[in-house]
Amino acid sequence: METLVQSSTAMAEMKKPSIRTDVSGPARPVQEAVPMPGIALPEQGLFAENINAWFGAKQAIRNITLNMRPRHVTAIIGPSGCGKSTFIRCLNRMHEVVPGARMEGRITLYGQDILSQDPVALRRRVGMVFQKPQPFPMMSIFDNVAAGLRLNGVRNHGQLETVVEQSLKRAALWEEVKDILDKAGTGLSGGQQQRLCIARALAVNPEVLLMDEPCSALDPIATAKIEELILELKKNYTIVIVTHNMQQAARVSDETAFFLMGELIECDRTQKIFTTPQQKRTEDYITGRFG
Amino acid sequence: MERHFDQDLQQLKERILYMGSLAETMIHIATKALVDRKRDLVKDVYRQEKDVNMLQIEVDDRCLKMIALHAPAASDLRFITAAMKINADLERIADQAVNISQTTESLLEEPPLKPLIDVPRMAQIASKMLKDALDSFVNQDENLARSVLVRDDLVDELKEQVFRELLTYMISDPATIKRALELILISRNLERIADHATNIAEDVVFVVAGKDIRHGSEYLEPSRPPVAPD
Repeated sequence: METLVQSSTAMAEMKKPSIRTDVSGPARPVQEAVPMPGIALPEQGLFAENINAWFGAKQAIRNITLNMRPRHVTAIIGPSGCGKSTFIRCLNRMHEVVPGARMEGRITLYGQDILSQDPVALRRRVGMVFQKPQPFPMMSIFDNVAAGLRLNGVRNHGQLETVVEQSLKRAALWEEVKDILDKAGTGLSGGQQQRLCIARALAVNPEVLLMDEPCSALDPIATAKIEELILELKKNYTIVIVTHNMQQAARVSDETAFFLMGELIECDRTQKIFTTPQQKRTEDYITGRFG
Repeated sequence: MERHFDQDLQQLKERILYMGSLAETMIHIATKALVDRKRDLVKDVYRQEKDVNMLQIEVDDRCLKMIALHAPAASDLRFITAAMKINADLERIADQAVNISQTTESLLEEPPLKPLIDVPRMAQIASKMLKDALDSFVNQDENLARSVLVRDDLVDELKEQVFRELLTYMISDPATIKRALELILISRNLERIADHATNIAEDVVFVVAGKDIRHGSEYLEPSRPPVAPD
């Protein structure tokens, strides 16, 4: 199913890859600083408000409110079953694809309600990278990256080439694959496949990138490459990453949110969470005293 | 949940305490040698300094190993980084005790300049500051740690007082200059010991409360931007 949804994520029209100047598409955020003496309000990016989510009768997420700042990396950590994957799946409405699942709450992207949007259009703005790299089988590297554009009717080969090259460059994969673009995507190594999936997500020029355990199937070197990439990508994208690896959260994120049993326990600057967390449950979790 | 790592932390704490007790003893012996004019005692100070030096290496080694193998976070991380700093402070305190002993050896070659009152008092206060700083570290006692901080001013004042008094000796009789200067050096050593004890107490507040209170940073404007960008 993931592959199917991923393809719908990739289903998108061609857009200028840099900051948008056209007025038809959703606008990139304008820094709307709220002047309030003495208080610097964090910029509102992807803002989830009072999110509740259920699988059938079982409530997986309880009343979570979290602001994911634009062009920052927000890491979500917590033990298995704490609702972190469910939460980010709510963010691009993939949660409700699961039979019997439903959610409540409000999600805005730069102040604009996104839950009332068409899910496919939403997923174009809020892309997702999954735990296991899932390149489309039987498709070449080029076609993998171009899939989303083609599905949206882009036929101009020159245009496709430009975007594919640009996306692969942004995903730090271009140098490794530029001579084998016609080879199968599944022939790449795990780390390369994951970067291919990132390139595919970037090809439709999303504003937010959700990453669900993007490195858990990768070795330390491939992991390091993805982490470098995340730090590079956050200059242009708002990134939300779910990870079991606390060191990874500490390395790549600006802000860290700790979830426990479907609730948000604490969210703060990453350095603060890892040196002086305010909540005892956060402390117990990150020091391994949990249980 | 008891972690295996907790045993390592406990051992680290015990080694630091042992090192602290050695440093305290060294201050005590060095002061006793000076006040009671017993030159033989200083040998013990020199002997114990070697132990403290070895412990410094051992403690740093333990801390590095724990950081490398366990990637500690939160209170564990604060504890280990504080342990490394306290380690350095204790070694410096031991060095000060050695300096006091060396100066004492030179002083004891001549008749006493004056009855010693303020210097032993400084030694007593500094030594108690060190003891309380270490106790606060063991018991994670923020209040006791903060009580150490306020005593530092008292030691500074005593040092100034010693200096002024000895200055009058030196002005009135140049033959006293060598001995007076040596006593000033000793008061300076004791003042430094109190400073190191203060550093330890500040580290303890950081470990226990997560607050960095050095250089009055606790009382700076909260809206002030962080010194280092993250």
